Amino acid sequence: MSQHEITLTVNGSRERATVPANMTLLTMLREELVLTGTKNGCAAGECGACTVLFNGEPVDSCMVLAVEADGANIVTVEGLARDGKLDALQQKFIDLTGVQCGFCTPGMLISARALLDRRPHPSEDEIKDALRGNLCRCTGYARIVEAVKQVA
Amino acid sequence: MLPTPGLPSFDYVIPSSASEVTKLLLKSNGDARLFMGGTDVFVRMRDGFFAPKILIDLKRLPGMTAITFTKRKGLTIGAGVDMNTLARHPAVIENYPLLVQAIDSVASYQLRTRATMGGNLTNASPAADTAPAALVLGANLVLHGRRGQRVVPIEKFFLGPGKTAIKPGEFLIRIEIPPPPKNAVGRYLKLGRNAHGDLAIVGVAVLGYPDKKAKSGFTFRIALASVAPTPIRAPNAEAILSVSPLTPDVIESAAIAAMETAKPIDDVRASAVYRKAMVRALTKRAVNQVSSLMFEVAS
Repeated sequence: MSQHEITLTVNGSRERATVPANMTLLTMLREELVLTGTKNGCAAGECGACTVLFNGEPVDSCMVLAVEADGANIVTVEGLARDGKLDALQQKFIDLTGVQCGFCTPGMLISARALLDRRPHPSEDEIKDALRGNLCRCTGYARIVEAVKQVA
Repeated sequence: MLPTPGLPSFDYVIPSSASEVTKLLLKSNGDARLFMGGTDVFVRMRDGFFAPKILIDLKRLPGMTAITFTKRKGLTIGAGVDMNTLARHPAVIENYPLLVQAIDSVASYQLRTRATMGGNLTNASPAADTAPAALVLGANLVLHGRRGQRVVPIEKFFLGPGKTAIKPGEFLIRIEIPPPPKNAVGRYLKLGRNAHGDLAIVGVAVLGYPDKKAKSGFTFRIALASVAPTPIRAPNAEAILSVSPLTPDVIESAAIAAMETAKPIDDVRASAVYRKAMVRALTKRAVNQVSSLMFEVAS
């Protein structure tokens, strides 16, 4: 199997890694860079727990090869806080109890951040649509949607 | 710890030219596979359906992610263009809103960052959401192979579930969609097990436009997903709508004709009987919506 040397930016810091062709971006983030905020749920692009920003756009990192991230700019949930201050979305999720077990939260936050970056004042339908690819098994959707609405 | 279903081993290749891709495909005897967004290929590799020795990253081929539009020639979509980029392109929003509706019905936003219309068509799932839109818009598929390029009209592209007119050594390089007919209105209605993002139980695309040559004054094109071995047109329904004035009775009989064209199967998502009933209901609804929008445009 081919091995690839890649250079990428993760949460603002430059990273180099040697990755086998079949390693996913998710595995690289969690096991090579030890950024375990990004979760492995379904490993099939259904649940959204592994959502990260890839050059500013959300992707299911289980559905991206690490080698494809060569030269890319990746942001994970660990990269949302700035200068020790939580992103407004993170704070609002806490304030409104938009977190229950927490497993879907990193993906929810990344999808919501991406939505607000491309569309700062979305309607409730647009929020629900943007979070369609993030499943919450605690079914805490109402508070999550409310949190995004209040930040928008 | 959660299980981490891994991908089988393979060599990852970024091709430098279209002819290199063709050579690799021919040389590999089926051991090479192409991928663009990987949203289908990776899942199937994980599930053990295939284990290619070489995985060729087709979207990295020069020109594969280009979108062009001119009023005269229409739209060309590189096979590696992701769905979100396509659906947000100003010329697509303005001239092909039907395509935007079809794309928005696919899975989730983050999956569409990777998924491509090219992959959606070449996978040849009977349920492919962009296929009915491509059928009614008269898309042409440009394939590259040993003898250079050839063009396959979408009507001749799908041969069965997972089967297309693509021959050994060939691959899709771009999709060409002619300019839409003047004042055309399109609608894609999809029924899934949930409101959004599921695979289609039934998908119905309707494109209508004023046409002096048609007796009714309008021409309709209707295509159906997930109700036959391939995405299909519904020619009998189209004929009824071009001949008779668009009264509720005529629209009902066109919907029945579309239902009779559908040859669905029972599967995990729905029964054949239910699918047929839904083809009738959704065709009627889509034709009604398209008609009223066309009358608005006309008045």
